[in-house]
Amino acid sequence: MLNNIMLGQYFPGDSVLHRLDARVKLVLLLLMLIEVFVFTSGPAYGFITVVTGLLIFLSGVPVRLVLRSLKPLWWIVIFTFVIHLFSHPGQELARVWHFAITQEGVVQGTLISLRLLLLILLSTLLTFTTSPLQLTDALESLLAPGKCVGMPAHELAMMMTIALRFIPTLISETDKIMKAQQSRGADFTTGNILKRLKNMVPILVPLFLSAFRRADELALAMEARCYRGGQGRTRMKELRIRRVDYWAMAAFVVFSMVMGVSLYI
Amino acid sequence: MSIEVKNVTYIYMPKTPFERVALADVSLTIPEGSFTAIAGHTGSGKSTLVQHLNGLLTPTSGAVLVDGVNIGDKSKTGRQQAQTARQQVGMVFQYAEHQLFEESIAADIAFGPANQELSAEEIDQRVREAMGIVGLDYDTYHDRSPFSLSGGQMRRAAIAGVLAMRPKYLVLDEPAAGLDPSGREELLQQIKRLHKEQNMTIVMVSHSMEDIAKLADNVIIMAQGKVAAQGTPREVFAQDNLLRQAGLRPPQIAVMMQRLSAAGLPVNAHVLTPEEGLQSLLEVFHVK
Repeated sequence: MLNNIMLGQYFPGDSVLHRLDARVKLVLLLLMLIEVFVFTSGPAYGFITVVTGLLIFLSGVPVRLVLRSLKPLWWIVIFTFVIHLFSHPGQELARVWHFAITQEGVVQGTLISLRLLLLILLSTLLTFTTSPLQLTDALESLLAPGKCVGMPAHELAMMMTIALRFIPTLISETDKIMKAQQSRGADFTTGNILKRLKNMVPILVPLFLSAFRRADELALAMEARCYRGGQGRTRMKELRIRRVDYWAMAAFVVFSMVMGVSLYI
Repeated sequence: MSIEVKNVTYIYMPKTPFERVALADVSLTIPEGSFTAIAGHTGSGKSTLVQHLNGLLTPTSGAVLVDGVNIGDKSKTGRQQAQTARQQVGMVFQYAEHQLFEESIAADIAFGPANQELSAEEIDQRVREAMGIVGLDYDTYHDRSPFSLSGGQMRRAAIAGVLAMRPKYLVLDEPAAGLDPSGREELLQQIKRLHKEQNMTIVMVSHSMEDIAKLADNVIIMAQGKVAAQGTPREVFAQDNLLRQAGLRPPQIAVMMQRLSAAGLPVNAHVLTPEEGLQSLLEVFHVK
């Protein structure tokens, strides 16, 4: 029942985007998102759209999968578009009851919807090409300067790593317990909400017990191997800035320059 | 009657990069009244297979028939029958004690029968009966928390929870895993008694060839999602190469006797249990 859940949406591959350093990807993505907000002209958006398409192609992730990640957000995009359609004063194109659809409305609606779509697409591209563990490593590394002001960067990253590590375990555990209780005639799919909640008890009690047991064992195992926080800890897989990362940064600078020029068209 | 698995293929996460064929066109029969053991290397598909036997997994293609009823039947007319057929198959998972959740042992064992909407007296009677079978004294234990028991007792309480539904077929996925030797022996004896005295059909997944040789009368060897061999333990364990290809080895006593035989001692190379081995050795050395 739960086998078909994908953790995050990491799509394993060996594309340029996959090979980029996670920190570089994260920072460049943030900057790109900011640019999406700053440069709001039509040509600029056309350019970003083309670049986004190019990035999707480069990532090697099937377009079908990328578009599927938009699914839960479609209605927000459509809602935004419709609201903008009616809410800008200007040259009237058509009239629905009391409300006028204006030319400015159509333009603004399209741009804003496009902005939303671009934001989502670019961010999903990051999660498609970066494994959750790389992401937490990148976060730890980027947050490291915060340690001076008492930010527990290592601890935060460790907590995220452990949580991520245990999601699949707990999913398979849940799956197993559900199946065991189903074999004893438990029913999780019929009845009203109250009844369904009550039916969850035979799953939740064993699940919590096992989560606590695992947490306990993990703490013990970590202590047994002398874990005592991030001080002086080295890593097996160092994040390293390589040539491909410099190229990506260069490409980003060119991209930003084109965006800047677009302001004057 | 029997459980029939017909051309079952099962694919995990189809159409994603994580796609994995767990079962590839598996066909086999588990006759009623048999003690069937399923063995195979980790990842050979045995757990996936047993989860098909009571409909927890639905085959990607193929069908599972319990007493002639297709348990995957979703049609309006067949659905009820399929549901009833599924209930004929009790399923005990690996580390079954991890499914316990109630405040008292009796309440936990009653969970299955209560879901079958039986009367209170009937449920009570079944709880007593099931506890009796697994050797937990009703008066001592029925009121205690399942979490106050030892590992072996918890396992037995969980098995009682399945037995209380009075299944005709009992599927056990490595029932003895993680138990100490005495708990292990006790549990296997109880399963053997269920088979002998209650005439229950047992399907047991096991890694221990010794246990299989001792208990089973029908062995299925799984390898890479396919049935590599099926037959009586004697037939199957004689196929040394095939077993090793499947990542298994014959029972230790069989290995020893084969080596003795290869070394020129005229012993029976195809023994299954230490008792048989001893017998053969005594004969060779003319000891009475």
